[in-house]
Amino acid sequence: MADERNVPRIPHVRSIETRYLEQRAALFRGLTNLDRRSFLKVATGAVGAAVAAGAEYPFHSFLPVNVAHADEARPRWSFAYISDSHLYVAKTNERFVRQLLRAVDDVNNLDPQPDFVLYGGDLAQLGRKDQLDLGAEILKAVKAPVHMMVGEHDWFYDLGEHWKELFGPEHYSFDHKGVHCVVLMSVNERDFWTERGMTPIERMQTVAGLDDKIQSRFEVGAPQREWLRKDLERIPSSTPLIVFSHSPLYKYYRPWNFWTDDAEEVQAILGRFEHVTVLHGHTHQVLTHRIGNIDFHGMLSTAWPWPYAPEGLPALTVQMSRPNPFDSNDGLGDGTVTVHPDGLVDKLYDLWNRNPMEVKASYLSSGGRQDAPEAPLLASY
Amino acid sequence: MRSLTLPVLALAAAAAAAVNAQSASGNSSSAATQGGKVVKLCDNQTTVRVPNGTPKTRAAGEKISAALMAQWEAKHPGNTWVSEELQAHTVVPPDDNLRLVGSGQRSTYGSPSLEEVRLWNNETYKFAVYGSTVFHSGAELGSEIAVSCDMCHPNAANTHPETYPKFQPQLGRVVLLRDMINWCIEHPVRGKVLDPDDPKMRALEAYILAQRKGTALDYGKR
Repeated sequence: MADERNVPRIPHVRSIETRYLEQRAALFRGLTNLDRRSFLKVATGAVGAAVAAGAEYPFHSFLPVNVAHADEARPRWSFAYISDSHLYVAKTNERFVRQLLRAVDDVNNLDPQPDFVLYGGDLAQLGRKDQLDLGAEILKAVKAPVHMMVGEHDWFYDLGEHWKELFGPEHYSFDHKGVHCVVLMSVNERDFWTERGMTPIERMQTVAGLDDKIQSRFEVGAPQREWLRKDLERIPSSTPLIVFSHSPLYKYYRPWNFWTDDAEEVQAILGRFEHVTVLHGHTHQVLTHRIGNIDFHGMLSTAWPWPYAPEGLPALTVQMSRPNPFDSNDGLGDGTVTVHPDGLVDKLYDLWNRNPMEVKASYLSSGGRQDAPEAPLLASY
Repeated sequence: MRSLTLPVLALAAAAAAAVNAQSASGNSSSAATQGGKVVKLCDNQTTVRVPNGTPKTRAAGEKISAALMAQWEAKHPGNTWVSEELQAHTVVPPDDNLRLVGSGQRSTYGSPSLEEVRLWNNETYKFAVYGSTVFHSGAELGSEIAVSCDMCHPNAANTHPETYPKFQPQLGRVVLLRDMINWCIEHPVRGKVLDPDDPKMRALEAYILAQRKGTALDYGKR
């Protein structure tokens, strides 16, 4: 994937290689979200501009011809995500606020704009009204429409009361350009607080500790699984499905709730669909998995990165290199998802202060044999 | 490992009797003059007077021990922090050294008693558990932004204590684990750096090292 961030920026002297890379980047940027007619226009324009600039490289070598085969009934489109901002109010911790603002700038600067922005949950750190209000206010600055998902840090202070007031129901579905999208509330926990006589803030703080053993395991729960079954009844199996959940809808590492207890039951409901993509938050890391026809992608956090768990890492995951502790924004970021006409997605991890990582649909559908992302030098150990 | 701070009750079953729950201030001679026996807790301070003729039953014995412990707990508020911390967070226990008991050449150094071995184990573990409470608390760390170590390092993951000392160009010298802990306290946590000998620093080191028990030392590794 060409990206202008890889292009060296030298203000006065630009080598022929630099100009070549710039033109190449411009071409690829123009190709996003393109129909066939405008594709030709952009391609011709780029070649023309390159020739005018005196370049000597064979431009046709990087023209992606597969776009010409696109199913025009279902155009290629994209959406962006921001996730896991864990806001305190600004006077407690302005760093997390600044980092969410950076992500909002990122998605607002995407050109072309994404069709929508999915917020992946954990907007607040401790579910307090002032934290959620601040988050809602910041997200109002997002230019594209925003779809909200709830995380456990938003929920366990008042059991979702204020979050629902601000953003509506905690699970819902919508259709977009031939794709059926479902947003789940996957972070229900069995009652561990009543018996212990916990106050709301004690309950919230218990859930907020990733390695806290007192809390329960996440689950979608029977009522919502029934809702999901009914919601999907009318949808043909050939319709691509994109499901959003805060926790991974599979079992990665139980002690940190990188886990959904009823994951298999939910996967069974999704099983009849030909192409399913699940995007989840909570894990704050690059994470890739495939079970049957279901592709799973993690989302980055804007607050802090989590380490990879000591066991259970899905085999298809190519880790992001260990974050640099001396760089408070390293290992963080946001991302975009390109949805192909067949419903499969390319997932771009827009990592701040380092090169982006892309996990292509072809990597997953080939079982990891094609288009593998570059392996990290500093893997977790 | 749940009752680490609770003294083991040094109570002979034969001393069973009904309990006068009032704290006995006197020693056994004064108890003798008042009638009955004085039962003492292993702290050598807390006592309970047991009247003569108290039945030698399990139930009566349990009443004595409960009365002693109630007094001890009243004198030591907050004594449950170890068991509370262990309910919330896993702390890897140290080597129990039980293999050393009852073996060897009967030299003083080479033949520890069961009590000694338990003491080593309890004190060592308690220290690591204290480290866990600091590690998981922004307030204990003095964070100005409500950030604690576990927010990036659940179960002390990704701390690699076995790789120190190593040259850390960002700090301009060869650093030890404590230097990196202090860097984290100062920057991501935004607290005040700890003296290398501060009990909190020592406990943090103990907790972090405890979690990597069994990992081979590999100094200098990145």
